[in-house]
Amino acid sequence: MKALRKFIDKQKPHFDLGGKFQKLKSAFDAVETLFYVPDKVTKTGSHIRDAVDMKRTMIVVFIALIPALLFGMWNIGYQHFLSHGEQPDQWTMFFYGFLEMLPIIIVSYGVGLGLEIVFAQIRNHEVNEGFFVSGLLIPMIVPPETPLWQIAIAVAFAVIFGKEVFGGTGMNIVNPALTARAFLFFAYPSDMSGEKVWISGLPDILPDTFSGATPLGNALVGNFDQMPTTYEMFIGIIPGSIGETSVLMILIGAIILLATGVANWRIMFSVFAGGYIMGLLFNLWGLNEYMQMDALNHLLLGGFAFGAVFMATDPVTGTQTKKGMYIYGFLIGIIAVLIRVFNPAYPEGMMLAILLMNVFAPLIDHYIIESNISKRLKRMKIAIKI
Amino acid sequence: MSAEIKEREPLFSAKNMRLIKNPINLNNPITVQVLGICSALAVTAKLMPAIVLSISVIVVMAVSNVVISLLRDGIPPRIRIIVQLVVIASLVILVDQVLKAFVYDVSKQLSVFVGLIITNCIIMGRLEAFAMSNKPWPAFLDGIGNALGYGIILIIIAFLRELLGSGTVLDIQVIPQWFYDFGYQNNGLMILPPMALITVGVIIWVQRYYSRELIEKN
Repeated sequence: MKALRKFIDKQKPHFDLGGKFQKLKSAFDAVETLFYVPDKVTKTGSHIRDAVDMKRTMIVVFIALIPALLFGMWNIGYQHFLSHGEQPDQWTMFFYGFLEMLPIIIVSYGVGLGLEIVFAQIRNHEVNEGFFVSGLLIPMIVPPETPLWQIAIAVAFAVIFGKEVFGGTGMNIVNPALTARAFLFFAYPSDMSGEKVWISGLPDILPDTFSGATPLGNALVGNFDQMPTTYEMFIGIIPGSIGETSVLMILIGAIILLATGVANWRIMFSVFAGGYIMGLLFNLWGLNEYMQMDALNHLLLGGFAFGAVFMATDPVTGTQTKKGMYIYGFLIGIIAVLIRVFNPAYPEGMMLAILLMNVFAPLIDHYIIESNISKRLKRMKIAIKI
Repeated sequence: MSAEIKEREPLFSAKNMRLIKNPINLNNPITVQVLGICSALAVTAKLMPAIVLSISVIVVMAVSNVVISLLRDGIPPRIRIIVQLVVIASLVILVDQVLKAFVYDVSKQLSVFVGLIITNCIIMGRLEAFAMSNKPWPAFLDGIGNALGYGIILIIIAFLRELLGSGTVLDIQVIPQWFYDFGYQNNGLMILPPMALITVGVIIWVQRYYSRELIEKN
């Protein structure tokens, strides 16, 4: 460890103003603070600094994503060999998925961090840690067959138009990872939906009783006999976007996030509650088979759980007030299920629901705060009268 | 008494030329005043309709500015908006008929947006702000300048959207076939109106990068 410190200290002068690599100072800072807590001290006024800075927060989210990521890799392999009608051992499946996944992650981080460094350098900022999580989220919410160049363009779009134009991490209105997903969905619809994209290396001739469609895709066209069992959906051995299939692994991530206090339980809880209640309402209505589907299945299908745990709880784009969190989460759940059932063009409503509520979050907060102010004013007036 | 004979201003004096140049860059109706956004989003999926609409707007704007400027002393202030609308509307009908006669396909693509030139905020704005209080020649230049500023932005947006969204320019395939064979795909988002808005945003970004005086001080 000492050797590393020494090495970093030795390199430092090169990156300071006037040094050889002063253009790369922000990149150097980013690497240094990744290994060591920054030694910067506030000079004026009294401040208390928490040891948990943004970088550590982001690492907690990163760790929470790992179970779903590893399962996603295994599932890519599992689905691939299933579609070929083969049954190799677990490690072969995992390794296949790992090799499929690796380039996607590298492209996502390479493009995203590259742009972050460029922007940080132009603006004389530090490189923000924000992309650390977004860069892993993006590969996990795309189908395994997504071409790499599309991911590169989507990441660039998300970083520039989802984040940097608003002023960088902490200023963005919409979630950058979902911006990338929405960009892909609308720009290259043929690679983002349908039956061909969810399994890597899908053969031309499929074995019997196997279709490449996701459960959501099946539900949309009414193939309810092809739906997987609740158990399969919970464990996640179904085709789908890479990290989203396994509700079990996502729940492990959720426990990590909640135990460390990084994510807020109010949003998570109310998203699930909203989705479940909307599902129950549809059950009561029961016009078609989709509406009659068990409300619990809505929470297991598609990206619902992943969105609820990792996307809706984003502290930057979500609501900040406690009451606001309930409203925000609840509406996400309701709208997601509503879009799924009613809109045949969009099999999965979670992405659109979260993006929509991201836009509304400041408004919700505003009214909660306003009502609180007027309540207090009233109380004060009564106190003065007495 | 030697009365000062007011020197006639040359037709293309620096002051007059500013009427044309200013709206093209520093006072652009779309990127600086943010007017006329609706048609900029609606007709820019392809380059051809955008060009035709730009030309129509240039014609309508220049002529209506001159007409209103000629009438400006005779228009009762209380009904001036109605008079302006009548002038614009008759010109738009003329343009619409000409388009239908000579470029029927494009006119069909433009559909209601030719008619909606009447409600284009830029035209009403220039009539109200400039033509009502200026002589015909400056009013004519002002009309041309503003319509050009509008048209240029429209054409830039439409060029980018058609190139990236359909791979064509003026319906001629530009992106070579081997690109597609290699796995390239047209960007479906470029066809949708939201991307036009983002393109406008990018143009504003680039413009402000080069013209620093446009950036607001806070």
